[in-house]
Amino acid sequence: MSEQTMNLKLKIWRQKDKNSKGQFVTYAMPGVSPDMSFLEMLDLLNLKLVRNGEEAVAFDHDCREGICGTCSMFINGRAHGPLKGITACQLHMRTFTDGETIVIEPWRAKAFPIIKDLVVDRSAFERIMQAGGFVSVRTGGAPDGNAIPISKAVADEAMDAAACIGCGACVAACKNGSAMLFVSAKVSQLALLPQGYAERKTRVEAMVAQMDAEGFGNCSNTYACEAECPKMISVEHIARLNREYVRAKLV
Amino acid sequence: MTLNSKIPDGPIEKKWDNHRFNMKLVNPANKLKYHVVVVGTGLAGASAAASLAELGYQVTALCYHESPRRAHSIAAQGGINAPKNYPNDGDSIWRLFYDTVKGGDYRAREANVYRLAQVSNNIIDQCVAQGVPFAREYGGLLDNRSFGGAQVSRTFYARGQTGQQLLLGAYAALSRQIGLGNIKFYDRREMLDLVVIDGQARGIVARNMVTGKMESYLGDAVILATGGYGNVFFLSTNAMMCNATATWRAHKRGAFFGNPCFTQIHPTCIPLSSDHQSKLTLMSESLRNSGRIWVPKAKGDKRHPNDIPEEERDYYLERLYPSFGNLVPRDVASRRAKEMCDKGHGVGATGLAVYLDFSTTIKRLGKKWVEEQYGNLFDMYKQITGEDGYQQPMRIYPAVHYTMGGLWVDYNLMSTIPGLFVLGEANFSDHGANRLGASALMQGLADGYFVIPYTMGDYLASNKFSKVDTNHGAFKDVERDLDSMTKKLMSIKGKKPVDEIHKELGKIMWDKCGMGRNEARLKEALQEIPKLREEFWNNVTITGSADSFNQELEKAHRLADFLELGELMCHDALQREESCGGHFREEHQTEEGEAKRNDEKFAFVAAWEYKGAGNAATLHKEPLTFEYVKPSQRSYK
Repeated sequence: MSEQTMNLKLKIWRQKDKNSKGQFVTYAMPGVSPDMSFLEMLDLLNLKLVRNGEEAVAFDHDCREGICGTCSMFINGRAHGPLKGITACQLHMRTFTDGETIVIEPWRAKAFPIIKDLVVDRSAFERIMQAGGFVSVRTGGAPDGNAIPISKAVADEAMDAAACIGCGACVAACKNGSAMLFVSAKVSQLALLPQGYAERKTRVEAMVAQMDAEGFGNCSNTYACEAECPKMISVEHIARLNREYVRAKLV
Repeated sequence: MTLNSKIPDGPIEKKWDNHRFNMKLVNPANKLKYHVVVVGTGLAGASAAASLAELGYQVTALCYHESPRRAHSIAAQGGINAPKNYPNDGDSIWRLFYDTVKGGDYRAREANVYRLAQVSNNIIDQCVAQGVPFAREYGGLLDNRSFGGAQVSRTFYARGQTGQQLLLGAYAALSRQIGLGNIKFYDRREMLDLVVIDGQARGIVARNMVTGKMESYLGDAVILATGGYGNVFFLSTNAMMCNATATWRAHKRGAFFGNPCFTQIHPTCIPLSSDHQSKLTLMSESLRNSGRIWVPKAKGDKRHPNDIPEEERDYYLERLYPSFGNLVPRDVASRRAKEMCDKGHGVGATGLAVYLDFSTTIKRLGKKWVEEQYGNLFDMYKQITGEDGYQQPMRIYPAVHYTMGGLWVDYNLMSTIPGLFVLGEANFSDHGANRLGASALMQGLADGYFVIPYTMGDYLASNKFSKVDTNHGAFKDVERDLDSMTKKLMSIKGKKPVDEIHKELGKIMWDKCGMGRNEARLKEALQEIPKLREEFWNNVTITGSADSFNQELEKAHRLADFLELGELMCHDALQREESCGGHFREEHQTEEGEAKRNDEKFAFVAAWEYKGAGNAATLHKEPLTFEYVKPSQRSYK
């Protein structure tokens, strides 16, 4: 635990609503404890703003444990900030140095329009999931959980893919604004498991078609998505999606 | 009004089966004529909405997140219980039933708990079929692990992300029904009131969080699956947006509130570092299997923990509970940590922490072993505190984690308002005065997948519904009232931001209605909370506008309700003159400082009826009888 506090300068994107023009606004931010989380630092800024009668900076956040996928901000040009394998809410101020200027922006992608300040609309992800991100089983009538053995290696790999939190960092990090890592994580999870076999073909076709319809860009294999993914989802799942897609189109 | 729990007749293992047969059905063609509004789409809400839509009902679902996948169900780490008995270690439906009633310290309804244990096996099957990647053994079958409060291994898990994977399963089922057009889904909508017409719950009014508009949603029945109210304490392990607004406003429309004082405090959380802290982070309880908990014997000892010699350390749990040691139940471990800190033995800058020391285990089994078992937790601890748990003891402190209390419901999960059903953590639930680990996920999914699809049909088939639309006066009145409430909040323009007042409320609740409660302090809280509420309504300041995205305004609506609910919690804690589970009244303890239940006077569910602003709520009692699991006093010496 540290006694010293830091003086920082924040350059934050402010935008009234979807249709307004946004701009960076600079705030002096003294008295930041290195033990604070990044979002607590923003809480502190907002307390000061509200006390001064200025409007608080809007940002999406909820669990603050790195699992809900709600927080979504570009920090100094990096999705979720400079550290690997964590979300913005898990970032702590000791990562920064006294006197630093921190630039905070919303996710920038055509398919994620800005709602306000740092808040974006990620409902495009919802529509991709609604198109095919499921196994069509209804409640009741499922066979015993142990009826179909699944090798540990396959189950583990499916879990690696299923760890995606749907935050959209992959899209924001990609120069093309591609959603391939997000889509592939779900396609891959359900292609690996026997429960998902029956709908392999229709699933990948429907999800990819919806992805294209939403205006996400193409994948050009730069792997920025994997590098910035807070759950470190591997681009190997994109390779599996491509195989699934080709298989669906040929078979 | 008298409370009717509607527990079916017959022996406990037959009640649910008999009831399912006796309930009325809606024929397939008629289901389309009925419309259900589901508020909240976490585990309970998503599973309910999907299952009802699959049956053919028209469903409207809303949540305040941008996606159902963000619900706080996602944060549950440990697992989900089901007595499959795959490990062949003697588990059964009966044993899970028994453990849950006992773990709840004999303050839950036996019939509900038995049904929960019964349907829990179906949950595992359902989730596997959805493609939930549960952990498996090398042979390809599902793996189980043990968990607190049970002597058998019945917990299914998906790494440390079980809640996430189960929620994504329910979310997938929900998404499928939305895609098929069977569910109309609305995101970023926060329910601000319930609409009751002719004595029936017929819809809700929600605020569109992007435009600020009050929107009415009509149905023949309403389901609330809106989670718990742990954030009344400001600091808790709950997500930031978790709130009591939907349940509290339904309470003010006539739904009784059950056992509001029953809150669970979890012992192994990362302690508070400063006033700026926004929430508390839980670390898995499994750490207590290998770590030893201690405080310095000398009060206010500020030495580095590694400089405090062995003989000057008090391993208080091992001293007080020689047979259970560091593995006493959650409530006991939490209360003793608080006691040590209150006596001045607390450690760290704030003095509100105790040490959890792994040096003995590292010496015995090596650092590598500890890394393999708990590596991710040590990483998480370091990420948050900047300290290395391998080099020096971790600091831990208890934190509010779960609320067993909630809206009172009968066996059909219906509240005291006809047509208002309450599911998951939002209801007063099956956990009595203390919830066992890996039971919250189980209850949420049991309610949504396997209970409400039956009981909802019975309600719809048994009642008549007047033909109304959202232009009905009742909807318009509520919309108007909410607009004027919002206008009032915006116009106060005082000096204190919402969070500042919320922190003050949290401090009162934690100090006076937290881990240890007594008459004097509860009475103080009952003086202080109304004063704080008055200050809120005169001195809060909210920036921005009401007709736009405004997180300060959202928080203000939630805090307005916490300021009323907190008071009811204190009244409930005051009337319950016994100690049971998470409710510890300091006047009621054994000579060794253990919880002392009073079954003669307090074997009841406290169901509170709202009597209007400024009037005291009325207490109704639903007596609890224990035919199958005979109450006994817990001992861990």
